[in-house]
Amino acid sequence: MSVPELRATIVAPEEQETEVPQRGFVGQNVPRKEDKRLVQGQGVFFDDVKRHGMGYIHFVRSPYAHAKIVSVDVSQALELDGVYGTLTGDEVAILTDPFFELSTPPGAHIQDYALAVGRVRFVGEPVAAVVAASRELARDASELVEVEYEPLEVVVDGERALEEDAPVLHEEAGSNVVWSGSFDWGDYDAALEEADRVVRIERLHFHRFSSTPLECSGALVEYNRGTGQWTMHCNHQMPGIGAIWMAPSLRVGLDKLRFVTQDIGGAFGNKICLHPYFVACCLLARKLNRAVQWTEWRTDQHQANAHGNERTFLDIEVPVRADGTMLGFSVRAIDDCGAFPRYEPLGAIIWAQVTPGCYRWRNIRVDFTQVCTNKSPVSPNRGYSRMQHLWLTERIVDIVAQQLELDPVEVRKRNYVRSDEMPYETPNGCIYDSGDYARCLDIALELIGYDSLEEKRKEAESRRKLLGVGIGSTLDSGTNNFGQSQLVNPELQFSGNNEVATVKLDIFGEIVVTLGTVPQGQGHETTAAQVVCDILGCTPDDVNVRPGHDTYWNSHAGFSGTYASQFAVTGLGAVKGATEKLAAEMKKLGSVVLGCTPDDLELAGGTVRMRENAEAALPFMALGAILNANNAGLPEDLDVTLNCRYVYRPQFEVPDLERKFGNLTLTYATQIHACVVEVDRETGAYEIVDYAAVDDCGNRIHPQIVEGQVHGATAQALGAATHETFPYDEDGNLLTPNFYDYHVPHAMDMPPLKNGFIESPSPFSPLGAKGMGEGGGAGIHATCAAIQDALAPLGQPVVYDSCNPYNRVWELMRDPAASASLVTVESRDGSRS
Amino acid sequence: MEAGTNGAPTSSRVVHVEVNGERHEREVDARRLLVHFLRDELDLTGTHVGCDTGNCGACTVHLDGEAVKSCMLLAVQADGTTITTVEGLEEDGRLHPLQQAFSDHHALQCGYCTPGMLMSAKYLLDNNPEPTEAEIRKALQGNICRCTGYVNIIEAVAAAAKGEVSA
Ligand code: FES
Ligand code: FES
Repeated sequence: MSVPELRATIVAPEEQETEVPQRGFVGQNVPRKEDKRLVQGQGVFFDDVKRHGMGYIHFVRSPYAHAKIVSVDVSQALELDGVYGTLTGDEVAILTDPFFELSTPPGAHIQDYALAVGRVRFVGEPVAAVVAASRELARDASELVEVEYEPLEVVVDGERALEEDAPVLHEEAGSNVVWSGSFDWGDYDAALEEADRVVRIERLHFHRFSSTPLECSGALVEYNRGTGQWTMHCNHQMPGIGAIWMAPSLRVGLDKLRFVTQDIGGAFGNKICLHPYFVACCLLARKLNRAVQWTEWRTDQHQANAHGNERTFLDIEVPVRADGTMLGFSVRAIDDCGAFPRYEPLGAIIWAQVTPGCYRWRNIRVDFTQVCTNKSPVSPNRGYSRMQHLWLTERIVDIVAQQLELDPVEVRKRNYVRSDEMPYETPNGCIYDSGDYARCLDIALELIGYDSLEEKRKEAESRRKLLGVGIGSTLDSGTNNFGQSQLVNPELQFSGNNEVATVKLDIFGEIVVTLGTVPQGQGHETTAAQVVCDILGCTPDDVNVRPGHDTYWNSHAGFSGTYASQFAVTGLGAVKGATEKLAAEMKKLGSVVLGCTPDDLELAGGTVRMRENAEAALPFMALGAILNANNAGLPEDLDVTLNCRYVYRPQFEVPDLERKFGNLTLTYATQIHACVVEVDRETGAYEIVDYAAVDDCGNRIHPQIVEGQVHGATAQALGAATHETFPYDEDGNLLTPNFYDYHVPHAMDMPPLKNGFIESPSPFSPLGAKGMGEGGGAGIHATCAAIQDALAPLGQPVVYDSCNPYNRVWELMRDPAASASLVTVESRDGSRS
Repeated sequence: MEAGTNGAPTSSRVVHVEVNGERHEREVDARRLLVHFLRDELDLTGTHVGCDTGNCGACTVHLDGEAVKSCMLLAVQADGTTITTVEGLEEDGRLHPLQQAFSDHHALQCGYCTPGMLMSAKYLLDNNPEPTEAEIRKALQGNICRCTGYVNIIEAVAAAAKGEVSA
């Protein structure tokens, strides 16, 4: 045995002193590993990747919202010097199969291809693609592609799309309905009986917008003729699902598609549905035997990539007791997913993760229909589907409070799920893991000085300003149970969730972490290192986390990606599992070398050492070298690789499909926001003058990163509440196709933000943490409520739309009766108001 | 722009620029944007593109000491100028105080807006070393960030102005 010799590598105690074992990096604001390269301009975003002789792709896009394609002629484009080739819908229809649809019929019959085949259904839809030697040339050449269209009648409104005589986008589906279903939990009829009052709201509208990541979408795609494999240097944020869409369409196995990312300039869900574009890129790379690259222009992103779901709520009915206790609600929801469903109709169920919002409502009835219109397709967008629903629950609370002359704070507290009820099962079987909503609300109110509100109102009034306060209470449900997809389509073979990480100890003692996730600014390299170093007894500097994602690293699973508020649970759960495996192996190897049992050992100060005798220690470097390069004499049965892969799998059951009942997400982070606005009495112009965001995401791995996410989600919500909107004209033209018309918040628009937090650890997650990146759109709800509160003295107008630019506020002021008439109250003594 | 022999405008032209202290002489397409020249031809990919209307500021560089949006200029317009991009911010291999402050204050998430933010912030501090918060906000209003909500960016610029950055 060579073991005695190996003992020579034991670190002397003096040397160890400088390496005092450090524990507890989790929970600290360690410097972000990502930052140095990014502030130096040395990040690698997909558009930074180049290949010799690569071609640039430009898509020829439809100027019509709805038209038959009569002919596509690329001959003139092909004649231009420097043009490498083209791709048309006809070719796509031959070379690929339509993408797999998630819906049951009628949506299941929709045919969605990489390029328009036979018909265009929204302005900006790609009809053909041109590849040329430069970006400019590709653009020029695209203008030489002659497309003859025969315009068809356009439908841009979800309700109109349901009418008998509405133009139908997808004739294969028979109508514009993608999916419809009803949900009925508790005993809604009994709740109606029991109510002292019934508040009815005719309609509310949640508008279209999107997070519009600053980096547009794209990829550099290479095709390997010898192996038939494609490599995509790209910014797809959910490659697992991307490959499931793309590979069958391209008629190849999953492993023929390699997704590589490093730095991604924000995604927010908007980079999940890139498969149509990427398939076109793959076809071109193969056809032209050349690396090709596609960079979406901003206008293309706005017109033709990924909007958030627009949702209209009709016939809302809320049974209420005299004391303000709400017994539930019923609603008819029409969700407009634009021209193609793609990730839909998952949004038709995702909202059910937060069915009663933050409230103890037990009787809920929802009739949900999703329709196609001649507008950009949607995709998940930060707060996906829950945000729309939570806006409804928050509007319900504030409208009921207004109508019954109750204090919105008191109504919330009366109806909130209480901390002593946690974990709390909602009427549809979701388990709210932990939280204290009332306490978060108190903190938010204190931050905005709620106690002196009446004085502030008076002071504002003296300046001809109307002051209003609004609350937004939301939940960011994270770590999906994909079994919920079976509630929209029982045939789907998805359930549970998973994420992967590998952690290895290399020859020179370097710890290398590979993530399956696809970070876009959330600091995964940093937080993963914090978790690893705490387990291995070293520092974050000792841990090298590979940036980005690469499918060839074999470190991904079916649900790998960065989406749906889950990294702190699934990603770090995988990192923790892999590191614990590695730690056990390091001790096992150490025990062989040191001649003891693994239990005699601990990991500390960058060594494995005897608990009872710190002098008997092996530095990581020795372990790595012994196993990888100097392993003669190690016992034959020593099963140690020092390269550990772990798949984290949260415990989920498939929901009860009959009752539509079951736990749909693992964790629920809380956001309670309070917004103070001042509205100009003459013009309706308003300003957010104070704002507090209180967040509870359980144990915070890196508080600064958590706060950054809160800031960002709040900014996006305030942008959406005040300006950001994707309106269409009746011909289906998007009116805000760029950052000139689509006004996102600038540094001067952002109000002063006050932050608070509490930590209610999740009992269900590996680190007690909760996913929290999406926020629940609390800023939208709080702003709507604040405007409604401010305008109350002018005749109680009702804020009925989620986007309230100045002109809409002015309309509410000018004609308060118009919006007030959307609401009626039935008193069970028979009277109506 | 020079006329070609047949009276048509020339389609390319030679430009001389000094970028981050290095001189370059290149023949460029007359219609090539400065930002694409920097990114695609000089391989200075730290300067980013976030829009097609001059609104986002991701492409901000310094041209003869002025902060400009390099997507709003043609490369030929930069002929004879001195340009600094984010890659030129470091001094003696050390991060510029603004770069360090951005990291200290978590003023970047995805980092896509960061190069433009840094160049706009540097322009501010070059001309107004002690800005108020309102002045910082105003100086950055041409730069969009979709991740941070600006809170930490403003803090970082204020900290850099005061020299309060970690070593
Ligand atoms: S890319 Fe220059 S301002 Fe947006
Ligand atoms: S950090 Fe992502 S856009 Fe600013």
